[in-house]
Amino acid sequence: MTTHYLVLSALLFAIGAVGVLVRRNAIVVFMCVELMLNACNLAFVTFARQHGNLDGQLIAFFVMVVAAAEVVVGLAIIVTIFRTRRSASVDDANLLKY
Amino acid sequence: MGETITFWVLAVVSVSAALGLVFSRKAVYCALMLGVVMLSLAVLYAVQDAPFLAAVQIIVYTGAVMMLFLFVLMMVGVDSSDSLVETIRGQRFWAMIAGIGFAVLLALAVGQAAIGDPAGVTGANQRAGGNVPALAELIFTRHVFAFEVASALLITAALGAMVLAHRERTRPRPTQKDLAKARFVSGYPGPLPGPGTYARNNAIDMPARLPDGSVSELSVNRVIARHDVEDGRLPDDPELAEAIRQAAAEEEEHNASIAGPKEDR
Repeated sequence: MTTHYLVLSALLFAIGAVGVLVRRNAIVVFMCVELMLNACNLAFVTFARQHGNLDGQLIAFFVMVVAAAEVVVGLAIIVTIFRTRRSASVDDANLLKY
Repeated sequence: MGETITFWVLAVVSVSAALGLVFSRKAVYCALMLGVVMLSLAVLYAVQDAPFLAAVQIIVYTGAVMMLFLFVLMMVGVDSSDSLVETIRGQRFWAMIAGIGFAVLLALAVGQAAIGDPAGVTGANQRAGGNVPALAELIFTRHVFAFEVASALLITAALGAMVLAHRERTRPRPTQKDLAKARFVSGYPGPLPGPGTYARNNAIDMPARLPDGSVSELSVNRVIARHDVEDGRLPDDPELAEAIRQAAAEEEEHNASIAGPKEDR
């Protein structure tokens, strides 16, 4: 059963990665990053069960904490960019390029 | 047996929801799909003897994080769907190839490993008297430093979000006197017309008719009018359609005056 869970986690991670590469709306890109973090959490929980110790679950818990903090700051940045540029597309935020 | 059935059902649901997240064009659908993935992952945690994580997943992710996403989506504009023009040629194609290759690589790596039967965390749970006490014991003894650092991180993130979202007032706050003056200068001092006696419908995006039967474009919300024009949802009545178009044009003008001249690219 462990293999099944790990393959599911890998699939979700790959789908999230494709989303980050393909999508242009910054918020959707962010959601795809969240999907990748969730996939990692699934792998952590699966390994915790495989090895019979709770460290994996603990790390998944800390990943959730960090992800929550990351979402707060990231969305604040997106809102700030949207205020000045009137756009949430990652292609429009190119000021650092020049 | 029960676990196998749960796993296969939730695996199909979560993978198709993840694909929906990547491929649906409207951002709100993406958020809903992400919610489905998170809920099914919560059930998978519960199945794998992690009831605390399942609860935290639902409370933190589907509760807090998804709500934050939806709030920001509503602020930024629900209609901000992706453009389909590629800025880098062949980006989509190569991203797909890379994604499929990555998935196959990971799946093969997992499949190659010889993984025995899972040990199960029931033993570890029972030693401390349940999943939550066991996790608490770990957090407050061996990982207490990481726990403290996490609290510092959360405070920093909250402060950072406040600093980023804060906006200095560039002009003084208008007093009641200023507002009253502005209203009389605008040439329409009274309240905006409601649906009116001659309204033929009570839809919020339909302009009202004034007592003389003429159409009032003042009564329709400019933002809603812009959405109507962009989505091509105009009424058959040419008078009403013209009023909506006029309100939408005003909204465009208003937006342009806020955003300032945008450079050509």
